Amino acid sequence: MEKRVNLTIDGRAVSVPAGMNIVDAAKTVGITIPVFCHHPKLKPVGMCRLCLVDIGRPQVDRATGAAVLNEDGTPKIAFGPKLETACTTPVSEGMVVWGATEKVMAARKDILEFLLTSHPLDCPVCDKGGECPLQNQTMEFGSADSRFLLDEKSHAKKHFSLGELITLDRERCIQCARCVRFEDQIAGDPVIGFYNRGRKLEIATYSEPGFDSIFSGNTTDICPVGALTTNDFRFGARAWEMKHKPSVCNQCPVGCNITYDVRREAKSNGKTVIKRIMPRQNEEVNEIWICDKGRFTYAYAESPERLTQPLVRKNDELVPVSWDEALQTASEKLQAAGKSVYALVSGRLSLEDLYAVKTLTNQVKGKISLYANMGGGEWVTRVGMTPGSDLSKLEKGSTILVFGSDLHEEAPIWWLRVKQAAERGVTLVNASARKTRLDLFASFNLTYAYGEEEKAVRELFEASSDAAKAVSGAANLVVFMGSDGMGQAQTTALAGLIAEGLVKTSHFGKPNNGLIPVWQTANEQGAYELGILPDETMADGISATMALYVAGADPAAENPTLREAMQKAGCIIVQDLFLTETAKMADVVLPTQAIMERDGTMVSGERRAQKFGAAVPAARNTKADFEITSVLLEKLGGEKLPANAEELYTLLAKKESNFKTVSFKALSETHEQSPLMGRNEVYYGGTGYANDFGLGVTLPLVTGENGMPRKTLMPDVVKPTRNQRLALPVTHLYDQSKAVHASLLKDRIANTLSLHPEDAEALKAENGALVTLKFGNAEYEQKVTVSSDQPKGTLLVTRNCGLPVWQPEAVEIVVNTPTTERGAL
Amino acid sequence: MLRGMFTTLKALFEKPVTIQYPEQKRPVRVRYRGRHELKRYDNGLEKCIGCALCAAACPADAIFVEAAENTDDERYSPGERYASTYEINMLRCIFCGFCEDACPTEAIVLEHDYELAYTDRASAIFTKDKLIVKVPMGGSPTPQKTEPGLYTRSVPEMKDPVD
Repeated sequence: MEKRVNLTIDGRAVSVPAGMNIVDAAKTVGITIPVFCHHPKLKPVGMCRLCLVDIGRPQVDRATGAAVLNEDGTPKIAFGPKLETACTTPVSEGMVVWGATEKVMAARKDILEFLLTSHPLDCPVCDKGGECPLQNQTMEFGSADSRFLLDEKSHAKKHFSLGELITLDRERCIQCARCVRFEDQIAGDPVIGFYNRGRKLEIATYSEPGFDSIFSGNTTDICPVGALTTNDFRFGARAWEMKHKPSVCNQCPVGCNITYDVRREAKSNGKTVIKRIMPRQNEEVNEIWICDKGRFTYAYAESPERLTQPLVRKNDELVPVSWDEALQTASEKLQAAGKSVYALVSGRLSLEDLYAVKTLTNQVKGKISLYANMGGGEWVTRVGMTPGSDLSKLEKGSTILVFGSDLHEEAPIWWLRVKQAAERGVTLVNASARKTRLDLFASFNLTYAYGEEEKAVRELFEASSDAAKAVSGAANLVVFMGSDGMGQAQTTALAGLIAEGLVKTSHFGKPNNGLIPVWQTANEQGAYELGILPDETMADGISATMALYVAGADPAAENPTLREAMQKAGCIIVQDLFLTETAKMADVVLPTQAIMERDGTMVSGERRAQKFGAAVPAARNTKADFEITSVLLEKLGGEKLPANAEELYTLLAKKESNFKTVSFKALSETHEQSPLMGRNEVYYGGTGYANDFGLGVTLPLVTGENGMPRKTLMPDVVKPTRNQRLALPVTHLYDQSKAVHASLLKDRIANTLSLHPEDAEALKAENGALVTLKFGNAEYEQKVTVSSDQPKGTLLVTRNCGLPVWQPEAVEIVVNTPTTERGAL
Repeated sequence: MLRGMFTTLKALFEKPVTIQYPEQKRPVRVRYRGRHELKRYDNGLEKCIGCALCAAACPADAIFVEAAENTDDERYSPGERYASTYEINMLRCIFCGFCEDACPTEAIVLEHDYELAYTDRASAIFTKDKLIVKVPMGGSPTPQKTEPGLYTRSVPEMKDPVD
């Protein structure tokens, strides 16, 4: 039982855990102590002085140590001569706090008056206007007029760019350091800081490119004034003009809760468009943060390249046709193919879409396969996270093992939470073949060679090294499994090996224990939960089929083997947003809707089922994936599926055993979260949104006999010949995907290739040199960077960057640019 | 009956109350609230900074504003922000004048034009080019190319309105 402290605030008895500060304690009983610099997620600093209150403590007789009593027997309270800051003072037993006396109110008024001496009269043009803590608190506690002269206001640079994403208005800054502290304490990127002192104090960025942090957008949320604003929202709309549409981010398997702020726009011909994305509080998933990829990638849905017409191949050319004709053609082809129908689906689809395709393949007795570059989700359904899990509840004595994943690049919010856990005292074991950002926070850094993952896992669960002891002897063990330098075959085996280890050390089936796979798409786990697995003989299946049905996947661009197989397929039906490489090969192309245009549900890597909702009207002439599949299913004589996502989910939950206990209503349930955030609390935590849309539900584990992996062996990777290098697929946050390209992040797209300095020297390739990669019959030209973070003899290839490195490949590298001619990079 | 005829006869020689509208127009009161105008400064810059407070104050939701950022090469108004879209739906407007009260730069003023007739709903929506006044003598039209650092304030210093 945690120790509790009793005190009195404004005459009300309060009982809170020891160690809490007075601001948070007052909040628990609904008493407002105004703050600017204090933030419940950051360490207190007491910089703004707005939270000054009168604090009294029971007087103690120095000689005897006994409490001094008044004449009536009550303890005598000694008040300090001056006011104290409530945000830096922890509560103590018997404390008496007065937060609304005349003295306190006068102090607040003066502090606000001082803050406003240099604050510009920008409220009418400021992006924060309407949701601004300074505005609100001045109205609540401030003085109606200022005794300072307008001319004497100190003026500073108004439009100061902190990089492509964030703009700083130095005049508006009230020097609370929330942004500096966030980047330092939470994001671990101390790239901004204070420069100068006093009136001249200003925020400056120390990195190149400016404000080089993948969490930079969060500083605009917690900034209590309009000093930090995002460049894509700048003057986009006033806070009160937008409608808030809750949803879930689909950029990675974390499943961060977000809110789309939408507004009708004259520039877009009166269409409702997304103006910005804000985080929505879910303390068990993303707390109140989202990464910049989640915040800035939404413009792709507005792209003019979007498909807005069904296409059918006639005379070897794709021509626009009506929906009726396209669906008729597709259904005829599927009908004709019958049993040989082969469906390829990906984790980009929602549960409803996947279920609809699964029903369709069942109807024609065809085959369905998950298209993914990672495998092993079937083991995650048995040893994954269980209900009641929450990474922020892991404490000292527990262990987090991160295996083969650069979490910072693959799932930023998980990186944040793992980092915080490590700082709380959780043992962090980071096993990787190259250097990653997590190395700094790990208790044990283990380096293995690419291709020797099996040995590394076995050692972790079987050997007696300190790291292995920390893993097997942990009170709670969470394992993150990535796909760094691994293909589908290797990751499937890796998941099996880790599952074996978890079973052996009985770290599964209880909260905060189990395997979290770092998938490449948002709903990959959902596919496994529905029993859709990757087919090991995918290429054979594709080349043998009479009708290949591809939804939400682009195998032709990513996997040359599958591309070859696709050329042999009888016909290809593709559902996608864009005319992808796969769609270009198709006989029927059906335009679908983006995540912000439709409803649905997804399952995160932590096995949390969450619903998302439509924010903007769908692009003309498009249909949601499940709607298309439903029509095809009906045409093939199948059952009529419900027309909306909610009813379809309900049907799915009835039919699919993994979802039996999780109703749609349960997904919408919320409960009070701590710290309190949201619209009525703007002076407290910033502009994050409270969660009234649903926190999601973690699925129960699949149990049963004979379901666990045994004696898994990892397949060997190719051995490069003497003049070849091992090309390994790795994930970078800002890749060449359409979503990143259409956003502000396009200038920060990661380099595609990287070499070890010794290899670069041997090849005479300088940083930025143009090289040609030869593998198989194909040749690709790309720029190469040199990095010592990776092992010798390897070539790291970023996924989604146009190179078909689907699994470890042996490639020959030819340098195009002579060393004398320096590359432009 | 004679008395009745006398009243008629008397009215014949009185000054008529009716006026020949539209050839003749009766002047309106100084504070009359007619059609809105968006004002300019003497140098031709627009007073409107696109803050949309008029739209927020409007009880009939008749005003729609969209803002964009000024640059020194293309400056519409002082400060950083200007209205890239400004529309008033005159069918919705109830001429209450709240927009005028809300305006921090005295940009929107309800002037004396009351001749508002339309043939369809679309023409009742007055866009920015209809609402904005002509460039005053000596001023130049917007967008202007201006010196950097000259127009940094959005909200000018103002006295309380006297009338």
